[in-house]
Amino acid sequence: MVQTLAPATRTGGRHGGVGDAIFAGTARGLGCFVLLLLSAIIVSLFIGGLPSFRAFGIGFLWDTTWDPVKQQFGAGVPVFGTLVTSILALLLAVPLAFGIAFYLTEIAPDWFRRPVGTAIELLAAVPSIIYGMWGFFVIVPIMGQYVMPALADTFADVPVLGTLFGGPPFGTGILTAALILAVMVIPFIAATMRDVFMTVPPVFKESAYGVGCTTWEVMRSIVIPYTRVSVMGGIMLGLGRALGETMAVTFVIGNADRIATSLFDPGNTIASIVALEFPESPAGSLKLSSLLALGFILFVISFIVLAISRLLLRPRSA
Amino acid sequence: MSSTMMMAGAAPARDARVARALSRRRRIFDRLVKGLCIVATVIGLMLLASILFTLFWRGFASLGLHVFTNITRPPGSHGGLLNAIVGSLIQTLLGTVIGAPIGLLVGTFLAEYASGSALGNAVRFVSDILLSAPSILIGLFVYTILVEPFGGFSGIAGCVALAVIVVPIVVRTTEDMLRLIPIALREAAVALGAPKWRMIVQVCYRAALDGIATGVLLAVARVAGETAPLLFTSLGNLNWSVSLSQPMASLPVTIYQYAGSAFDDWVDLAWAGALLITIGVLALNIVARVALRPRA
Repeated sequence: MVQTLAPATRTGGRHGGVGDAIFAGTARGLGCFVLLLLSAIIVSLFIGGLPSFRAFGIGFLWDTTWDPVKQQFGAGVPVFGTLVTSILALLLAVPLAFGIAFYLTEIAPDWFRRPVGTAIELLAAVPSIIYGMWGFFVIVPIMGQYVMPALADTFADVPVLGTLFGGPPFGTGILTAALILAVMVIPFIAATMRDVFMTVPPVFKESAYGVGCTTWEVMRSIVIPYTRVSVMGGIMLGLGRALGETMAVTFVIGNADRIATSLFDPGNTIASIVALEFPESPAGSLKLSSLLALGFILFVISFIVLAISRLLLRPRSA
Repeated sequence: MSSTMMMAGAAPARDARVARALSRRRRIFDRLVKGLCIVATVIGLMLLASILFTLFWRGFASLGLHVFTNITRPPGSHGGLLNAIVGSLIQTLLGTVIGAPIGLLVGTFLAEYASGSALGNAVRFVSDILLSAPSILIGLFVYTILVEPFGGFSGIAGCVALAVIVVPIVVRTTEDMLRLIPIALREAAVALGAPKWRMIVQVCYRAALDGIATGVLLAVARVAGETAPLLFTSLGNLNWSVSLSQPMASLPVTIYQYAGSAFDDWVDLAWAGALLITIGVLALNIVARVALRPRA
């Protein structure tokens, strides 16, 4: 408010002072309101989860029981499922997103960049529930009939991979959930990578081309080193999206309350268990409190990941 | 790159065959990587095509006038989605009406009043976190403050949950757009004796109108498809109800309930609803992008 314009506004309109005070005050107040909003979300989830934290103590974080009959609840299975599906999703999504971003910045003809870029961005706009239906009706049958049996046959005799790719091929499960999540985060990571690749000063790239580098060598030796930090930020942003994704995962994860030993096993993520179990959790019950406690844990994980992503993506000061 | 250059430096033209082979290897590797990138892009485009194709194929087959004229009914009795469509329109509209002005003013605060201040940086950081925060948690939050204490699920709780999602989207675009306004324009307004708030409202908002409207459109597109926050707030309602104090139906929640059901006609209705939502959301996105185009 106290900027270079302040003296001019003082001598300006007769009601300028009052109007300015009201306008600036409202804007500032709403800014503080946004701060309060985030704090209120954290506090309300924590208070809601308090009975559960009291009943099960710190062990709630890793306990793997989820037994509504015995009123025993632990966060182990959904936290495990959330981390495994999200990290698998990133492993699948990052190479594809990198390829798309590389294509859009260095390879595609100029007239082609805009339509392809827009199409990839539209992929990010498709609502989560649509991914869920598409996953459930299109991807799950393909996984169950072709992909999972093929993977199981290929790795049947390999020690570790045989277990990872073993078990009955229902089509649903951890791997399918990770696949859908990957599809959903590809556009976010690709768009961020494209934007940061474009920040590389052309003169750097031209110098490299000038000494005879191929496009890939320019990418590897100039663009990637220059944008490394921001690329990590984009990947973290994708991770943040994957961690909290609800509807798409709910459709395909299979809803099982035990630790999966195979990638074909059904499981649960924090978001999917909250969405699936909430209707059967009456207000005031220990189960509802446990779901809110799970929400609190998810919030803390997302907050950390998103905060790191923001710090990495901060525009570099000149 | 470095190895080949060292090679050339250490043994200039002593073995032309080695140099040629190296450059051929580099070119082949370059082609290979480019090829893989094209494959990645084709996969990305095919995913979008597959989603759209499935939606159009299954959605149009079950789309009919009854979807818009009948409300949801028990399986087998030729129901429609009228209450869900109306419920979605009400909640999306009210959510935007509540959230967009807050987002607009917070964005203004960040661009015009709080450049570089600690408070401004904190607000920007928190708003960015909210922008990417899992929407299911916003639903749980509104459940604990508006549903549990007031003894029931309600349409207004759904609107509030959507408004919380709208705010950070509008904040981001408003701030970005206001920062693009040339200083000369502001100075001209101030030189004419306008107080700062009139400069913002009458000059900056007007100049940034396209961009701000784009942000609001994108926010509408985002919340129109949100399901998770509504599960805990407006819950869904299989009867006709436009009362904000009662549970309210919405397209995404109805799709969620119907798609997982065992009844074929419900699953068909879910596809019809999914097609409607996707067309709406993608159309809003395309309109928003076209509106922004002259600037980009």
